Amino acid sequence: MTGPLKSTPRATEATPMPRTTSAQTRFPQAPRPERGAGTGRHLSFGQPHLPWWAGWLVAAVSAAAAALLSLTLGWNIAGGAVVAVVLFAIALPTWSVLVESSRAAKDRLVTTLVWAAFAIALVPLVSLMYTVLANGLGVINGQFLTYSMRNVIGQGGGIYHAIIGTVLITLAATLISVPVGLLSAIYLVEYGVRNRTARTITFLVDVMTGIPSIVAGLFAYALFALFFGQGVRMGFGGAVALSLLMIPIVVRSCEEMLKLVPGDLREASYALGVPKWRTIVKVVLPTALPGIITGVTLAIARVIGETAPLLVIAGSTDSVNTNLFAERMMTLPVFIYYSFTQPGVPAQFGQDRAWGAALVLIVIVMALNLVARAIGRTFSPKTAR
Amino acid sequence: MAKSIDVSDLNIYYGDFLAVEGVTMTIPSRSVTALIGPSGCGKSTFLRSLNRMHEVIPGARVEGKIVIDGQDLYGSEVDPVEVRRQIGMVFQRPNPFPTMSIYDNVLAGSRLNSKRLPKDRADEIVERSLTSANLWVEVKDRLNKPGQGLSGGQQQRLCIARAIAVEPQVLLMDEPCSALDPISTSAIEDLIHELKSDYTIVIVTHNMQQAARVSEDTAFFNLAGAGKPGNLVEMNPTRKIFSNPEEKATEAYISGRFG
Repeated sequence: MTGPLKSTPRATEATPMPRTTSAQTRFPQAPRPERGAGTGRHLSFGQPHLPWWAGWLVAAVSAAAAALLSLTLGWNIAGGAVVAVVLFAIALPTWSVLVESSRAAKDRLVTTLVWAAFAIALVPLVSLMYTVLANGLGVINGQFLTYSMRNVIGQGGGIYHAIIGTVLITLAATLISVPVGLLSAIYLVEYGVRNRTARTITFLVDVMTGIPSIVAGLFAYALFALFFGQGVRMGFGGAVALSLLMIPIVVRSCEEMLKLVPGDLREASYALGVPKWRTIVKVVLPTALPGIITGVTLAIARVIGETAPLLVIAGSTDSVNTNLFAERMMTLPVFIYYSFTQPGVPAQFGQDRAWGAALVLIVIVMALNLVARAIGRTFSPKTAR
Repeated sequence: MAKSIDVSDLNIYYGDFLAVEGVTMTIPSRSVTALIGPSGCGKSTFLRSLNRMHEVIPGARVEGKIVIDGQDLYGSEVDPVEVRRQIGMVFQRPNPFPTMSIYDNVLAGSRLNSKRLPKDRADEIVERSLTSANLWVEVKDRLNKPGQGLSGGQQQRLCIARAIAVEPQVLLMDEPCSALDPISTSAIEDLIHELKSDYTIVIVTHNMQQAARVSEDTAFFNLAGAGKPGNLVEMNPTRKIFSNPEEKATEAYISGRFG
């Protein structure tokens, strides 16, 4: 069985004859008929087009049809919207294939699908922002941002303790993850190109990306219980748990950014007699800095909303605690969770505070993103002509 | 300050692959030596082995001797970083550092090594290097602008200024004009003519006329076939190579009847 299989490619390699003969016979013949046809016939580049208002007309008609249908059958607005989009996606390409060409019809169909996918992706985002703003905006005032929940029952109180906790724990997690992640990425890109250690690290980082956050929390709890005994609660433990989730993201994004730095620049630096470590510190890192900052910010945004690990190791409290290394520490996600599940009596004040805290959390993440963009822009290589 | 280079029995490997075999030549000081030959024949590889840039690629190594000023470049006590400080290099594509201004790019050799320079000394180096690179007049009013804002030819001259700012003994140029237009090329050739009174210059080029215009000596590299190592066919004064070469292969390559 293997004999003939092996021999066939060898045979074609050894005898290039059929290749050349076919090329010789095909080449002079192929262009000829086209040339003859091109000179004989009138060239036409134009083709019929649908009027510019065609899309709007079809949209209006499908919307009206869908509205009529959903009114008669008693559907809600979501069902009507789906029917309208389906009608539009059928009607416009059909019209187009009749008047224009099949290529134009495909173009219109795919454009419709892409816009529909975009709209579907936007729906949860807009809805979430609207709900959080509508419910949370009224709660936020000076007292809400500067008071803790100490000795507060019912109305009043604030989330000062949770903001402090979230900021401190996330900051500590960042301080742990960025050096570890960045140095790992430098090893992977600059030193361990394609060797076994680097591949093992890459594999382990990928595995780490998939660690469920509750497992990270339990790991931090088990680790700190070894030193401080059962029932330990401290903010630093939360930072360790979060950094476990953050490190793989930082490694991955920094690795990609360092790979983007052209090899030319490294060579230019070596050729000037600059040692490798100085090349990395002074050429590679500054060039990749904006990307690294963006990656770190995204990693922070990813972990700042983590609830489960902080529930396990940082715990929950009503008071302000600024010491990362002792006692329970409240964080915004945990605050939201408890305010919503155990709002107290009457339930309304606790739930209001949960919405307010959710809004503050979103604003913090958004502010982080804006700051990172600003920093990235300041440090990015200038190519202004 | 320029030094001649003696190469003997040099074999250059990428891992197990022998890329260049048995090169023996003497590159004279204060003159321009051109390396010509078809693509893949190992000219650039040979050039990069002259300042130990070759070993930057994982698995790459060199056998044989390259002697400059009585020292073997590949001796066990030789620091490659020190070698590269003495033997500068200009690459095929201009590669100024994007995070630095024109001024800092010229000073990159000392800035990246964290050498402290007094301001007036730094200004002097920048002006002298840019002047020898024929770029001073064009950029003297925008020294603090980013180096990547310059045109391709200006960027390449900036890279040459950067290379000569550290005052090397030897300047290696790997197809420095292949990405440039004829006017920039001519500017750089003029520059090579001026620089050869101070430096030993080795230039790789695909442009035969360029080799004939700028060089005193020419070395022709060739390879016997695909997958075979490249080797030095002939090295002679440029005038002789282009008028009356010793080898048939050289004549065939130069006259365009290659193969």
